[in-house]
Amino acid sequence: MIEKKIFYVSPSPHVHSGDTILSKMGTVVFALLPAYFVGIYYFGLGALVVTSVSMLSCITFEYLIQKHLLNKTPTISDGSALLTGLLLGLNLPSNIPYWMVMISALFSIGIAKMSFGGLGQNIFNPALTGRVFLLISFPAHMTVWPANLPLNMHYLDAETAATALSITKEYAVNTFEIKDLLIGHTGGSIGEISKLALLIGFFILLIRKVITWHIPISIFTTVFILSELLHLAFPHSFPTTGLFQILSGGLMLGSIYMATDYATSPMTTKGMLIYGVGIGIITVIIRHFSIYPEGISFAILLMNGVTPLLNKYIKPKRFWED
Amino acid sequence: MFLKTFKQGGIFPKTNKFASAVATQKLPLPSLVKIPLSNHIGAPSIPLVQINEYVKVGQLIAKADGFISANVHSSVSGKVLKIDSVISNAGIEQRAIYIEVIGDEWESTIDQSRDLIKECTFTSEEIRSKITEAGIVGLGGATFPTHVKLNIPETKKATTLIINGVECEPYLTCDHRLMLEHGEEILVGVSILMNAISVEKAIIGIEINKSDAIKHLKNLSKSYKGIQIIGLKMKYPQGGEKQLIEALTNKKVPSGGLPIDIGCVVQNVATSYAVYEAVQKNKPLVERILTITGKSVQSHGNFWARIGVPLTHIVEHTGGVPSDTGKIIIGGPMMGKALNTLESVVYKGTSSLLYIPTIESVLKTSSNCIKCSKCIVDCPMGLEPYLLMSQCENSNWDDMEQNRVLDCIDCGCCDYVCPSNRPLLFHIKRGKEEVVKNIKQRNTQKK
Repeated sequence: MIEKKIFYVSPSPHVHSGDTILSKMGTVVFALLPAYFVGIYYFGLGALVVTSVSMLSCITFEYLIQKHLLNKTPTISDGSALLTGLLLGLNLPSNIPYWMVMISALFSIGIAKMSFGGLGQNIFNPALTGRVFLLISFPAHMTVWPANLPLNMHYLDAETAATALSITKEYAVNTFEIKDLLIGHTGGSIGEISKLALLIGFFILLIRKVITWHIPISIFTTVFILSELLHLAFPHSFPTTGLFQILSGGLMLGSIYMATDYATSPMTTKGMLIYGVGIGIITVIIRHFSIYPEGISFAILLMNGVTPLLNKYIKPKRFWED
Repeated sequence: MFLKTFKQGGIFPKTNKFASAVATQKLPLPSLVKIPLSNHIGAPSIPLVQINEYVKVGQLIAKADGFISANVHSSVSGKVLKIDSVISNAGIEQRAIYIEVIGDEWESTIDQSRDLIKECTFTSEEIRSKITEAGIVGLGGATFPTHVKLNIPETKKATTLIINGVECEPYLTCDHRLMLEHGEEILVGVSILMNAISVEKAIIGIEINKSDAIKHLKNLSKSYKGIQIIGLKMKYPQGGEKQLIEALTNKKVPSGGLPIDIGCVVQNVATSYAVYEAVQKNKPLVERILTITGKSVQSHGNFWARIGVPLTHIVEHTGGVPSDTGKIIIGGPMMGKALNTLESVVYKGTSSLLYIPTIESVLKTSSNCIKCSKCIVDCPMGLEPYLLMSQCENSNWDDMEQNRVLDCIDCGCCDYVCPSNRPLLFHIKRGKEEVVKNIKQRNTQKK
C-alpha cells in the first residue's frame, strides 16, 4: 500500500509564468540605465549625488512608513520604491540641493503613493508628483540647469545653462541641432537629455513586453502633428518643428517611463490611446501657450486623473465583438 | 509558414510533453473498482444492479437520469459489493458502485478484436441512440454527455463538425498518442459523427507540436470524404471550443451562445474514438487513456485505464509517487484539479495524473494589483480579470454580471501571467456561482 500522504491543494491553474513585480520593475530600471549613464557622463558628480539620494530616500521612506506608520510588512523588496527613486532623480536637475531631493522623495512616497494605499493604488504618478511639488515650491532651483560638461566634478556650484525648450521659448529662435538632442548634448534634467538612450530603453521595454507601444507612440504622434501644424501656420511665433518638440525636453522620458506607469495609466488599449492623445494635446498647449517651457509633467498628471474614468467606461474588445 | 490560431489573448506556457513518445500500455486489473455514478456533467445516473449480482465488462449498471446525464457500464467483470461513497477529484463524496473483480469476462455482444471496420450503414438516428446507450461523454475534460451535443434543436442547423486534437494543456499527451496509434479509428469515428449530425464537412484541428500526428492523419484522411486536417500554431487555450472554432473557421460564438448557434459542433478526438468503438464494435465507454507524467517522474507513460480503477492502484503499477511531489493534479496544469489524497478513482474525464514538485506547489503570497493590464491583454475572452476579482471581493455580483463574468472559460491565463500572484480565476469562479444563482432567482420571480 502507498503511504498516506497529504498533498497541497489549490485552485487551478497550477503553473505560473514566473513574472513577478520585481522582475517587471527590474526590467524598467535596466531599460533606464543607458539614459542614466549618459546623465552621469554629462553631469558628473551632481547627477550621482541627486539620483543616489533620491533612490535611498524613497526606499527608506517607504520602509519607515510601512513599518512604523501602517504597521505592515514592508514591501521595499518588490523594487517599486527603487524605481520611483530612480525616476524622480532622473527628472531633477543635477545641481539641486540634496535636502530638496529628500523632501521631494518624502512627498512622492508618503503623499502620492502610501496615502492612497501603496503600490498599484495611487492615482497620480509618485515620481512626477514629487517633481511637480518641487517645481511649484522651488521654481528657482527647478528651472536652472547645469551646463553640459563631460565628467563634471562640480555639484551645487556647477556652471548653468538653459535648455533647448527654454531658449526657443524665450527668444523665439531655434538654434539647436537634432544631432545634439539625440546624443544628449544639451541642458536639462539628468535623465532626459539623450533621446537615443531613452529610445534604446523603449525597445527593451517593448521586447520584454513590460509596456505596449500604445501610450508613447500616441503621445509622440499627437505632439508631432499638432506642433508641426502650429509651426507651419505661425512660423514666427512657433519656431520649432514637430520633430524638435518630440526630441526636446522631458517628453520622451515622460512618455516612455512616466506615462506608462502601470497604476496610473488606463488598462485597455483603447483607453491607452485616448490617454496618450490627451497627454499630447495638453503638452502642446502648455509648451506653446503657457509661461512654462515644459508641459509633459503637468499633462501626465492631468491625464492620470482621467484614468479611473477611462477604466470605468472603456471596455476591452470582447471575444465575440468584431 | 503561416499557421492559423485564434486572435485575441492567449499564453505560451512550456509544453513539457515528456510522454509524447511513449506508446500506450495496458494496466493490470485491480481487485476492486469503484465506478462513480457522476461521471459527467448533469444528473447522476441511477444504479440498476443488485448487491452480490455478477456483472460482465460492458454491462449497463446505471442508467441516465434524464436527458443531460449518461449511462454507466461496468468496466470489469465481478461481483457487486455495495453502493457507497467515493471521494471525487474535487474532494467531495459521491456515490459509486463497488465491484469486486473476478476474471475479465466481456459482454458477448462486444467485438474485442482489433480489426478495423470502416463500413457504417446505420442511419443518423441509430448512431445517436448507440452513442446514448454507450454512455459516451466529452473526453476532452468537460465530460458533457455527447448525445446531447449531437441532438441538434430543430431551429438550428449544423454545417461543420470540429474535432479537437489540439491538446493545448502542458504535459498531456493522451490525445496525441491516440491519434498516432488509432488514427484510422478516429477518422471512422469522425465520419460516423458527421453522419449523426448530417454534415458534409469536418475539420480536425491539431497544434503544430504534434506534427507527426498531423502528418499521419493527413495521409489517412485521403480516403475519407470531407475530413480536413489543419495544423495550428501553438497557443493556450486553443483547445477551448470557442477559440478552436475561431482558429479553424474564423467564426465567433456569440456571448452566452453555443457553437451550434454558428453551425458548429465540437468533439474531442478521444470522443470520436469512443464513438467508433460504440457504433462499430458495440463497446461502451469503459476505459480511457491516462497520461502519467511530471518533472520528477522517472518513466513517463500513457496507460489504458478502466473507469473506476482506484488511483492508488494506478500509482502502484506506474512507479509510485516521486518523493519530491507536493501536488497531484488530475488533468492538465492549467485547468486540472489538485487532489488532496489519492482516494479518488479514474473517471471518464480523467486525462492525466500529473506530479508537481513541492517547490512549484507552494502557494506564493499575493500582493497588490499593480494594474499592469497583463490579465486583460492575455484574456482570450476580452474580459477584465483584475476588475472582476475586486468586484468579487466586494460582493458586487451585479457588476460582475454586467462585466460578462459568465463568458469566462476558466482557462486561467490571467492567473498564469499575474506578476502579483493574485488568485484571479478563483474569485471569478466564485463570482460566476453567485451570478448564476441570482439569474435563477430572477427567473423564478418572473414566473
